[in-house]
Amino acid sequence: MEFDPVLISRIQFAFIISFHAIFPVFTIGLASYVALLESLHFKTGNPAWAQLSRFWTKVFAVAFGMGVVSGIVMSFQFGTNWSNFSQATANFLGPILSYEVVTAFFLEAAFLGVLLFGRDKVPRGTHLFAACMVALGTFISAFWILSANSWMHTPAGFEVRDGMFHVTSWMEAIFNPSLPYRFTHMVVASFLTGSFVVAGVSAWYLLKGHMVEANKKALSMCLWMILFLAPAQAVIGDFHGLNTMEYQPTKLAAMEGNWETQAGAPLLLFALPSKDAQGNLFEVGIPNLASIVLTHHADGVVPGINEASPAEQPPASIVFWTFRAMVGIGFLMIGVGLWGLVLRLRRQLYEPGIFHRLMPLMIAAPFIAVVAGWFTTESGRAPWLVYGMVSFSEGITPSLTGWMALTSLIGYMAVYAVIYSAGGYYLWRVVKGGMEDSVPDNDEAGAHPKRPLSGGGPIGNATPAAPLKGDWT
Amino acid sequence: MIDFTMIWAAIIAFGVIMYVLMDGFDLGVGILYPFAPDEESRDVMMNSVAPFWDGNETWLVLGGAGLLGAFPLVYSVLLPALYLGVFVLLAGLIFRGVAFEFRFKASRERKGYWSAAFCIGSGVAALAQGIVVGSYIQGYQTENMVYTGGAFDWLTPFTLVTGVGLLVGYALLGSTWLIMKTEGAVQDWAYRMAPRLLAGLLGVFLIISFWTPLVDEFVRDRWFSNLFVIWLLPAGAMGCAYLVMRAVRRRDEGVPFVATMGLFIFTYLGLLASKWPYVVPPDYTLYDAASAPESQAFLLVGVLFVIPVVLAYTAWTYWVFRGKVRVGDGYH
Repeated sequence: MEFDPVLISRIQFAFIISFHAIFPVFTIGLASYVALLESLHFKTGNPAWAQLSRFWTKVFAVAFGMGVVSGIVMSFQFGTNWSNFSQATANFLGPILSYEVVTAFFLEAAFLGVLLFGRDKVPRGTHLFAACMVALGTFISAFWILSANSWMHTPAGFEVRDGMFHVTSWMEAIFNPSLPYRFTHMVVASFLTGSFVVAGVSAWYLLKGHMVEANKKALSMCLWMILFLAPAQAVIGDFHGLNTMEYQPTKLAAMEGNWETQAGAPLLLFALPSKDAQGNLFEVGIPNLASIVLTHHADGVVPGINEASPAEQPPASIVFWTFRAMVGIGFLMIGVGLWGLVLRLRRQLYEPGIFHRLMPLMIAAPFIAVVAGWFTTESGRAPWLVYGMVSFSEGITPSLTGWMALTSLIGYMAVYAVIYSAGGYYLWRVVKGGMEDSVPDNDEAGAHPKRPLSGGGPIGNATPAAPLKGDWT
Repeated sequence: MIDFTMIWAAIIAFGVIMYVLMDGFDLGVGILYPFAPDEESRDVMMNSVAPFWDGNETWLVLGGAGLLGAFPLVYSVLLPALYLGVFVLLAGLIFRGVAFEFRFKASRERKGYWSAAFCIGSGVAALAQGIVVGSYIQGYQTENMVYTGGAFDWLTPFTLVTGVGLLVGYALLGSTWLIMKTEGAVQDWAYRMAPRLLAGLLGVFLIISFWTPLVDEFVRDRWFSNLFVIWLLPAGAMGCAYLVMRAVRRRDEGVPFVATMGLFIFTYLGLLASKWPYVVPPDYTLYDAASAPESQAFLLVGVLFVIPVVLAYTAWTYWVFRGKVRVGDGYH
């Protein structure tokens, strides 16, 4: 049986990046949260902030570890599976990715060591500084990688000579047309992800009556964030959509499920897009609404998918449905923010109830939204690696055979299955183990008593878990 | 006119040796895991490298990204040529990378699995890197700047020997690192391991030194031409090996590690001298593989400013965690 190396490489890349994407999106938000907690503790001396910081640093360490290892795989994927693409775009992508390594990865890695292991070895101000540097590193990293990714969507500042991209303006190439929207959208997504995870865990702890003082603070902070950021994200997403209409009209058309360019396009709530039929087999929509949203005129013109030839069309149903999943979850998040506000105004925010039971379930929501949004934007680019310039089949590694790609795909799946189920399990154990009760806390560095059991032994047997209420297992 | 290509060759060469020396010792610690006296020693061993491994490994990522930025041809020929080997290398790095977090979070019964993952992952990664070195000496089959060889060209008896050579070399780096960073039972054990590993490494060196000129005509001509000065490099390596041996016998604590690094540096320079100026042997030189001058220049500006800063705060973190790692030292 013949396997298609292009198709398998696409599946492999989608698989690897889907796993990878959810970790940075979580750790970017969480790194800033830890830095904020460290600052609050530094400023107020309130031990509640230290409790929160210690706990969330532990979660951060596990998530970051998984993000790092999957990130290393990513950085070699370009060369192993897409070597022609790498060769053609190296003049731009090479320097950008190198800048990411030297300005962000080293910063994160070096200061992460101090953040995780240096609490008792450096002065508290230095420890706070390390937390801030790790957080800064995550933003710098996001900036470069999104610049690279955005350039592949909306290439700018280059000319092509002998099949190679040559940069003519670094400013135009780095700050390419979709970067501002993509970067803002991603950063806000990271903050929302962090907020939902922390809010979910805090609500669960409040239900259990664990570390009530600290977790009230955490829940309250996160709900403020969600209240303001969830609607802001909708607005940013809307601007991003307008940018997509301008630069990647076919992708936008697929998001809307709109096949023919038309004035007064409906907003489709449900549809079954079919490439074979070059139209929707079934659709339910609100007349004119897509035109109003996208052009602010009831009879504004919305581009159609069939502006592109069938061979250059993205997979319409994937783009259509993943987009709806992302937007749907976005509205759900706005709802959660408003519900939290209502509870707060009624002074019922900390009273265990249905809201506290729902919040832990909502932890999944931002991750699903991120992966769905990622599928929307990346599938919408098909069949292009660099939009309109380099297609999948042009970018593939010439020597790559179907069975080689399949072997490594199965290999990565097996490795990831082990690693991520174990990682998920240990994250769960960290959360179940709870926060540490009495935090040894002296102002002088080095004066902290050593805590031989805090990490050396299994979580369940470590002292910090003991003070929890009985119903933990 | 500044020769950016030559500057970049120096920067990449520097990045690679930084990776080898730094990730070398923490991979070596993993390789030595099964021979450790007891579980408590393994905790100490892992804690001695835990604050550093992530930064060490970042040099590998810099190597990959830097090649794409400055010598894209190397990136786009070597990675396809080593396709399945790269997968094995990455799988090894994944398992040992997560083991740092997971091993301390596992229950007592499961801890052994993550010790095994750390050890096997480190060993596999080291072996795979040694195989890359061997494949580089062998050369790659290319046409029009594209790899045209088979999926297993990298797997030969010769590359297996270079693989084992690097595996043993990393273990030696790991043992001398432990001599410096530990005390008591772990240190005594490391003192016993180091000379054996050194003997093993010299044995592999001897085999490779005889074999390489047979494998490759170019290398033979390079070493037996009138360029006698390059014989200083193996002489330097032997000098360092002697220093390691003497320092271990005297129970010096820092010298064995430093001398082992010297051994690596001389060997590495010897390797570079063997193939210079070819980066994708046997067909392409540095200049064939270079990216556009404006790209090399753009990246150079940043790197010249940023790398010293990176080195400074990296050195600072090593200073923060200076001194001996003790049994029962707190994890984060």
